[in-house]
Amino acid sequence: MSATSSTTPNYNFDIVKNFAFMAVVWGLIGMSAGVLIAAQLVWPELNFDLPYTTYSRLRPLHTNAVIFAFGGCALFATSYYVVQRTCQTRLFSDKLAKFTFWGWQAIILSAVVTLPLGLTSSKEYAELEWPIDILIAIVWIAYAIVFFGTIVKRTVSHIYVANWFYGGFILTVAVLHIGNSMAIPVSFTKSYSIYSGAVDAMMQWWYGHNAVGFFLTAGFLGMMYYFVPKQAERPVYSYRLSVVHFWALVSLYIWAGPHHLHYTALPDWTQSLGMVMSVVLFVPSWGGMINGIMTLSGAWHKLRTDPILRFMIVSLSFYGMSTFEGPMMAIKTVNALSHYTDWTVGHVHSGALGWVAMVSIGSLYHLIPKVFGREKMYSIKLINIHFWLATVGVVLYIVAMWISGVMEGMMWRQINADGTLTYSFVEIVAQKKPLNIIRWIGGLCCVAGMIIMLYNVVRTIRSEKTEAASVPSSTAQAV
Amino acid sequence: MSTFWSLWVAILSISCLVLVFGILYWNMQNYTGVEEGKSMGHEFDGIEELNNPLPAWWTKMFWATAVWAVYYLIAYPGLGNYAGILDWTSSNQGLKSVAESKAATQAGIDNGLHVQYDQEVVKANEKFGPIFEKFAKQDIVALAKNEDALEIGQRLFLQNCSQCHGSDARGGEGFPNLTDNDWLYGGSPEKIKESLLIGRKAAMPGWEATLGEDGVKQVTAYVISLSGREVDSALAAAGEAKYGMCAACHGADGKGSLAHNLPFGAPDLTDNIWLYGGSERAITETIKHGRNGVMPAWKEILGEDKVHIISAYVYSLSNK
Repeated sequence: MSATSSTTPNYNFDIVKNFAFMAVVWGLIGMSAGVLIAAQLVWPELNFDLPYTTYSRLRPLHTNAVIFAFGGCALFATSYYVVQRTCQTRLFSDKLAKFTFWGWQAIILSAVVTLPLGLTSSKEYAELEWPIDILIAIVWIAYAIVFFGTIVKRTVSHIYVANWFYGGFILTVAVLHIGNSMAIPVSFTKSYSIYSGAVDAMMQWWYGHNAVGFFLTAGFLGMMYYFVPKQAERPVYSYRLSVVHFWALVSLYIWAGPHHLHYTALPDWTQSLGMVMSVVLFVPSWGGMINGIMTLSGAWHKLRTDPILRFMIVSLSFYGMSTFEGPMMAIKTVNALSHYTDWTVGHVHSGALGWVAMVSIGSLYHLIPKVFGREKMYSIKLINIHFWLATVGVVLYIVAMWISGVMEGMMWRQINADGTLTYSFVEIVAQKKPLNIIRWIGGLCCVAGMIIMLYNVVRTIRSEKTEAASVPSSTAQAV
Repeated sequence: MSTFWSLWVAILSISCLVLVFGILYWNMQNYTGVEEGKSMGHEFDGIEELNNPLPAWWTKMFWATAVWAVYYLIAYPGLGNYAGILDWTSSNQGLKSVAESKAATQAGIDNGLHVQYDQEVVKANEKFGPIFEKFAKQDIVALAKNEDALEIGQRLFLQNCSQCHGSDARGGEGFPNLTDNDWLYGGSPEKIKESLLIGRKAAMPGWEATLGEDGVKQVTAYVISLSGREVDSALAAAGEAKYGMCAACHGADGKGSLAHNLPFGAPDLTDNIWLYGGSERAITETIKHGRNGVMPAWKEILGEDKVHIISAYVYSLSNK
């Protein structure tokens, strides 16, 4: 690796520190909420007979916490880090960046308060009520200004591929969030969507699927494009592959929403287009996986000793697996079996826990010692334990959900000789119990891993600062 | 959809695919001016990018999806108003009533259109219809002793009725218990079947405005006393004086509309069976705000044959 030039700019790493640390904290909290609701599915007593702790209210809390709190903080942290380092310049505005941090934490905290209170717009992954939606839009625009402002003042000629993905993610999420959240308030805590009927459903899943496509995919591909080559100390495998898969991914994803509404009141033409674009999307998605994994060529041996790299490569494998599975599930015939079953839940978690969480965790382990001016994480051994816990946890989780989902789908469509359905709903629920226990154990493994991570991160931050850290610390303005 | 929007959809969809595959084609050529396998010459924080070609198996797979996409969009509806050469639709869309739906189904069959839902229904009816038809010819009392019929009846009940009446048919708040031989509209085979076929609507008005706070309290006490429970007798007496307006539906004796051969579905207030709860609080709530009970009509949804078999099952629950 070429040594960084002696004129390394004075990066703003304080903001990266804040977001990175909170990503770990929210990851632990969000996954713990997931484990609790997984347990509620097996032992309903754990709803505690309180409205605030019922599954229906904690489930959106879990999804918001893992996607927007954990995933969001990881994206903010890494994008602020990557955009500075690959543009060789300090962030466009420290104040605005600081505003995005406190604004984002305020949004998360208001979610933590309002969702258990039952205040919800009832749109999946967009449950937060209108005052919070407005705050999200403002923070997001500030984020876009900081990010693109930094790109504009870059001191290198080209824009690195990681920044294409981060940029695409930031722009599109702004459009999606504002488009889908349009609502008419009737009080401070209640609003109604301006869309109705099938149009509302279409808007919701246009948003919903692109929350997956841009928030949970494009952003994390940006992460992958910086941290994988950096950690492997290898050049990116193919520039042209990154060109094709970037443009194909951003052009195709935006069409894919209707596959959430197969066999509904949505017009046929919309369903067909959603399905076609989803299936075509499979190949460019794999482009990202190939580019990441092949970046390791010539450095495969590092997987033996480096658990951080292992996190990244396993995350790419899960990415490849879920981007094969997703387009397949978007095919109507397959969807007829998989839709509304646990298979969907398994698919989402193979993406969210296998891909998003693992690439974030790997990236955070790479980044945290760097921004805190330490040579490396406090314990590599603990990272390795975390890696195995996470891997075993994800595998247990998704295998249980595959079996449960396919079983459920088959049981739903099983008919007797007279054409009546063989099983009533509740019989199928009972049948899923052992698989729900396995998914809960899988979740527990993931949470155990996050506890270890938090401990490791705290010990790293509290350890002696090493001279070797190449990063000139920015003017101290600890938050 | 208007021609404008139809074109809008078609042009945007095709342009997107052309763009994606254009970029693929473009990147299959080495336009970079850098030898394949060598560095592109940019460096970002120490990261370089190689100019490796796209993997051949990957580009082949990509083109295969292009071929499939083109086929699918020609064969099936997708590009705006274009219907696709297979004349396939999932269902008759944009209909507003059962009558319109039936007409559209018939038109589809007459014109040889491939309406998937209708075809599946026709097929299922051909296959399973005779089974239900056979049972539908027997009378309900006889069917209620026929194990095979009851088994089918129970399955149909579990799939269509248990959502409100419960898997065990014992009902819930607002949904009658079907096992206790207590009926709102009559428990004869004919009446049960009628309830299923045409549905029922019961409406009790709210009396809060008419009775006032004290009036509600008094009538509540009186209603509770009707099933023999202890109440403040002065309160109940005052309630009885105001009970006149309730008698129109529930009868002067409180035995409900059925006892008087009236079709209102007004419950018997003397039998200590409570559709919306028998606590003082629940009864107060009922008197204050009224209640609306709705049983949907199943004739058009399930057809008369299946309704007949379900009726036998429901009849059997109270007539072992």
